[in-house]
Amino acid sequence: MVSIEINGQKIEAEAGSMLIRAADAAGIYIPRFCYHDKLSIAANCRMCLVEVENAPKPLPACATPITDGMKVETRSELARAAQKSTMEFLLINHPLDCPICDQGGECELQDLAVGYGKDVSRFSEGKRVVFDKNLGSLISTDMTRCIQCTRCVRFGQEIAGIMELGMVNRGEHSEIMTFMGQAVCSEMSGNVIDLCPVGALTSKPFRFKARSWEMQDHDGIAVHDTVGSNVTVQTLRGEVLRVLPRENEDINQEWLSDRDRFSYTAYKSEQRLTTPMLKINGEWKEADWQTALDNVSSKLKKIVDEYGADSIGALASPTATLEEFSLLAKLMRGLGSQNMDYRLRQQDFRADGAMSAPLLGDSIVSLECAKTVLLIGSNIRKEQPVLATRLRKAARKGASISAINSTKFDFAFPLQVNISVSPSSLVATLARLAVIVAAKKKVPTSGTVEDIAESCPANKELEGLADSLIEAGNDGQIIVGSMAQMDGNYSLLVALATIIGNISEVKFGRLEEGNAVAAWQASFLPFADRGTVGKNATEMLNPALKACLLFNIEPSLDCIAGNSALDALRETGMLIHIGCYRSEEIEELAHVMLPLASVFESDGTHVNCEGNMQSWKAAVHPQGEARPGWKILRVLANYLDLDGFNYTSSETVRDEASPLISTTKRTASMDVYAPVLVEQNRLACISHLPLYRIDPFTRRSQPLQQTLDNPPAAAGMHPDTLASMGIDDGITVELANGGGKIDISVYASTSIPLNCILLPTALQETAALGNANWLEVKSRA
Amino acid sequence: MTAQTLSPVAISQIEKELEKYPADRRQSAVMAALRIVQEEFRWISNDVMQEVADLLGIPAIHVYEVATFYSMYEHKDVGLYKICVCTNISCQLRGAKEILDYLRKKTGIGPGETTADGRISIKEVECLGACGGAPMMQVNKEYHENLTPDSIDNILDGLDRHD
Ligand code: SF4
Ligand code: FES
Ligand code: FES
Repeated sequence: MVSIEINGQKIEAEAGSMLIRAADAAGIYIPRFCYHDKLSIAANCRMCLVEVENAPKPLPACATPITDGMKVETRSELARAAQKSTMEFLLINHPLDCPICDQGGECELQDLAVGYGKDVSRFSEGKRVVFDKNLGSLISTDMTRCIQCTRCVRFGQEIAGIMELGMVNRGEHSEIMTFMGQAVCSEMSGNVIDLCPVGALTSKPFRFKARSWEMQDHDGIAVHDTVGSNVTVQTLRGEVLRVLPRENEDINQEWLSDRDRFSYTAYKSEQRLTTPMLKINGEWKEADWQTALDNVSSKLKKIVDEYGADSIGALASPTATLEEFSLLAKLMRGLGSQNMDYRLRQQDFRADGAMSAPLLGDSIVSLECAKTVLLIGSNIRKEQPVLATRLRKAARKGASISAINSTKFDFAFPLQVNISVSPSSLVATLARLAVIVAAKKKVPTSGTVEDIAESCPANKELEGLADSLIEAGNDGQIIVGSMAQMDGNYSLLVALATIIGNISEVKFGRLEEGNAVAAWQASFLPFADRGTVGKNATEMLNPALKACLLFNIEPSLDCIAGNSALDALRETGMLIHIGCYRSEEIEELAHVMLPLASVFESDGTHVNCEGNMQSWKAAVHPQGEARPGWKILRVLANYLDLDGFNYTSSETVRDEASPLISTTKRTASMDVYAPVLVEQNRLACISHLPLYRIDPFTRRSQPLQQTLDNPPAAAGMHPDTLASMGIDDGITVELANGGGKIDISVYASTSIPLNCILLPTALQETAALGNANWLEVKSRA
Repeated sequence: MTAQTLSPVAISQIEKELEKYPADRRQSAVMAALRIVQEEFRWISNDVMQEVADLLGIPAIHVYEVATFYSMYEHKDVGLYKICVCTNISCQLRGAKEILDYLRKKTGIGPGETTADGRISIKEVECLGACGGAPMMQVNKEYHENLTPDSIDNILDGLDRHD
């Protein structure tokens, strides 16, 4: 620490850190455009020029390191003159189109021009024109407004990890563009909209919708991943018009994934369910809430009386709120049923009793300081985009990050070891790693682990990985991701990962989608009640229940075995759909539809992977007759004459949910089971969930659906696998398994292991397949 | 325009350049790689920029940034002989404009153009650091200084004799 003086004020600052930081910390504002505290220093806009004693000319505060005794003037005549001149230069080529610019009112250039600009421009020559670029469905461009600060370029390089935008040409001809006009495909791309200090990059879905000062801000929490990013929901006249990140250093910093930023565009979809509906003689009829709830409760009671409580069950979306999970769990248990689940894409439930809540095992911030990270069954960039940016930071600091997956993903950070093996070999690889780690730590492993490891010989990569895990110890982190959850050997993968974590003393994390942690906290699980164990998501669909409550899900897309789920639900005597949307499928299957308020229209609570509970208040009124989930369930419970449902607010529901036991406690080692292996002559199916197909909300967000992250349905295979079967890249084949068959085009990719098919789930085109660990390529069309 | 693709020779040359830099600094070789490409094709297409990017393991836009920043890299095909005429201050004072005019008279083309037979291209460039010999021009890799109409005649006549 050294002491310096800014505008006569004595300040303690770190020697070598930049002047602008010290000034910011002391609350002295220095104008800036290119500087951003989360990005590297470019020092190219020159707006931050200040006067430094003994320096021959003004110096840029963002790139001037602090030295002891420095005396700085940020508002002296010289500094002002320099800042004003810079502003004059910046405005030379900047259009005067503020009245039609979406950035107006929240534009750094506009704001600073008020203080530093002239009333009239002295520049009478022609301004340069830069043609707009098409960056895809999320970002709108007006490139003439660009001031070449390169914040957007640095964001791609440094935070998102893929450089998509670049500054091409030079001098007066410099412009921001992508290579050959490609659309941007980063899952964090929307952040450049916030970073751009001018209106060059603005939100496409928000274009010309409102002025920033007209809107009201509401604090919200994003529910699509386990991060719980803090957001500001902006509304005008009762309509959500924009979602922006709200700064929270511990969680999302000031970033937001595109999924959380743009999915609001679906909340007013034409498919919103806006009134309760009853199916009477096969026809859908609108009903009032009383009639609908009366109908539901009397039928449910009758079914429970007739067939017992075990004949009813509830399937809920992993993005439901804590309050909704709590009341749904309480309602089912009140009726005497333990049948409830949100893990609709999981097929292996063998470890249910032993599994602990899907937590990271430490804080999100701690990820940045991890020395070694092992990702198992995780495409973290697309599953938890914000966490991936933290890992990227760790990688930049020298962390060694490795992945064991059944596909090679592009992580946008360098990997020490990147193992991609078929699903069947995945368990063997983990077992081998466990054996190696155990041997190095001189502890015994069970015979079963060694048996499983048999088919995977030790190799240098695994040895090195074991070493770096052991070396990191408590500074290491294992993450089992959502890809693993869809694997047929999930219990085993988790069990083996726990063993590796426990022996090497590395922190263990298991991450799921959405608000899964809240489901655990609310005990919305078939095994959460001591004593009886209910049916899990798969068992509830096989055989069919007599009555089933679907909470904001679309079965063919949200259940891993879409086709089988539909078959079962067709036979369900009473199907109650509580959801935001109606769809042909739901209309065919359900008997009652109850309109649910979306996250913007309801109070709610998200519990993130750190166990951090964050609540929000409704930002707008529900569409039509839709009602918040917790209210619907509370009233339904009253109709069912259940006790203990006299809640007056969402908070009273929330506060009843028991706290999670411990968020950082080491997970106990679990039993190891024999793996389910795919028969030799069959192709193993690797399911992956495209980022924007995760829930009914994102699936209806047009701007997200139009991005490159939502490619057309196609099945990927290794070129050698294709060649061995005599199939050409790009042709359409028939894929079949026990549950159904589909026609789909194939593509070759060396990222996929031999004899495997990488298949996207939650797509209309692939939903017709049944439970899928294996696939047959039936005919060659 | 036929699609460009890196020849094995070019690839091995680029790999040689890569040896000069630490393994995690492969992007350092981007300028050398572009020079090698240009020597092979006389210009650099987007396709081959993508190939260079893949070879160096850097984003294509980064290669594109470098290739568009430096004016020596060509983005369109140029003639067999690229004549770069300096029009910066020293050369300007010493008659660069007359040099350009004379070249136009001789070849029928001006800056940014290529003769119909694809032999010669003319390009206006900034100071090439040979102000002492102004006016000057560079033909492919060779500098020619203290230009006069006579010496230009000689240079143009001598062109094909080099090959
Ligand atoms: S587009 Fe915006 S963020 Fe990017 S360089 Fe231009 S002004 Fe800066
Ligand atoms: S903020 Fe310092 S030069 Fe741009
Ligand atoms: S001005 Fe022409 S070479 Fe320097």
